[in-house]
Amino acid sequence: MSLTAPLATLGRTILSALALIGRVALFALSTVTHLFRPPFYGREFLHALVQIGWLSLPVVGLTALFTGGALALQIYAGGSRFNAESVVPSIVAIGMARELGPVLGGLMVAARVASSIAAEIGTMKVTEQIDALVTLSTHPMKYLTLPRVLAATLAVPILVAVGDSIGIMGGYLVGITRLEFNAAAYLKNTADFLELWDVVSGMIKGAVFGFIVATMGCFYGMQSGRGAQGVGRATKSAVVAASVLILAANYILTELFFSA
Amino acid sequence: MIELQNVHKAFGANKVLRGVTLSIPRGRSLVIIGGSGTGKSVALKCILGLIEPDSGTITVDGKDVHAGDRDAFLARFGMLFQGGALFDSLPVWQNVAFRLLRGSLKRPKPEARDIAIEKLRRVGLKPETADLFPAELSGGMQKRVGLARAIAAEPEIIFFDEPTTGLDPIMAGVINDLIREIVVEMGATAMTITHDMSSVRAIADNVAMLHDGVIKWTGPVTGMDNSGDPYLDQFINGRATGPIEAVR
Repeated sequence: MSLTAPLATLGRTILSALALIGRVALFALSTVTHLFRPPFYGREFLHALVQIGWLSLPVVGLTALFTGGALALQIYAGGSRFNAESVVPSIVAIGMARELGPVLGGLMVAARVASSIAAEIGTMKVTEQIDALVTLSTHPMKYLTLPRVLAATLAVPILVAVGDSIGIMGGYLVGITRLEFNAAAYLKNTADFLELWDVVSGMIKGAVFGFIVATMGCFYGMQSGRGAQGVGRATKSAVVAASVLILAANYILTELFFSA
Repeated sequence: MIELQNVHKAFGANKVLRGVTLSIPRGRSLVIIGGSGTGKSVALKCILGLIEPDSGTITVDGKDVHAGDRDAFLARFGMLFQGGALFDSLPVWQNVAFRLLRGSLKRPKPEARDIAIEKLRRVGLKPETADLFPAELSGGMQKRVGLARAIAAEPEIIFFDEPTTGLDPIMAGVINDLIREIVVEMGATAMTITHDMSSVRAIADNVAMLHDGVIKWTGPVTGMDNSGDPYLDQFINGRATGPIEAVR
């Protein structure tokens, strides 16, 4: 008995993890299929676009600005060890566009949006608003999930592009004020080395991260348990799951896009 | 006519409904009473299809509630939820007119707003309430808005889940009277679940007592006081001793 107990616990944990993955996959698939089946709720989509896209701009912009500045300082310090300080503009631009813009932007959106979606939908579930939607002939997946997932999938790539620009500007400001780069040379260096694919690949990552963030928020909101504790647990799970999945997806996408 | 035949529902090891058989004739008002956790809400949600029973059949006018067009089926129902279940993000009038702003019953926005204001007036709320948000309303006002939403599309069947819970006795009386008036006026079939005996006496044509997952007693409200059923007798008189254990 005592020898098999740990194995049983391990087995239960693996089974429950697999069941969770299955439920999340079915939820995501169901969301996507609703995209092709009317009715569509345009007003809810626009509302979600503002909430997820426009209102996330300050937090994503500030994150990118400080990250770009810090990146410039680090690359300068590292590059100076082998007389490669001149790579600062190009590495800041490529680093922001390919990696830091999408990943940090995605994580900041996960913190802000996944939590808010999970808390909102979780509270709606606890207060029977989801049941009320059903009795009013409105499918919760169509009314709550699809608009948020679609809005996040479309808005996060744009946020990433804006974040990239602000991050590069952060590096530029630090470069010309603290590191004594010539302003025109800095900009020329950035433009010469940054390729369209660097930006596009980051935006594709942004779309995937946006999908992950909203799907996790909606999934855990819909699964929320009763009471304040249930909603709190759903919110925490949504943020943790979205963050981990963003990092995992980032590695997979980087392998797909950039491995030789 | 709503009919439940031998309906069972369990959540894990917890058998909530153990063979509920019940019928509600068209145009009548049935109130289901019973202690907390006896499965009243589960029975109601099974009829609406929000919860699928493990076994048994539930029909409305002879048609299985899980078969056919769900939208058309649900369009026949209105429901007042225990906590109101108003949508926080929408103003009051859009809550009331929710069904009229989308789906098969969609109307032009000004017309839907007019209907919402008329329904608000019907439940005793002023037109100025229409543009407030649910969070700005008192508990009693939220119940009235919930009631206005339940009747907005003039449903044939209306469900009331604990309509007076959390209200003071005067407001509870107002809501009970409103429910009775509206049900009679609309000729709707009504099903209410409650613990509140004043609600039972105000709303019910017939009463059913649910205990231990089965209907212990059912009959006209006028026969409730002389039923001879020890469970019903203990419940309606609020006695701590009797066949129903006080601690469940």
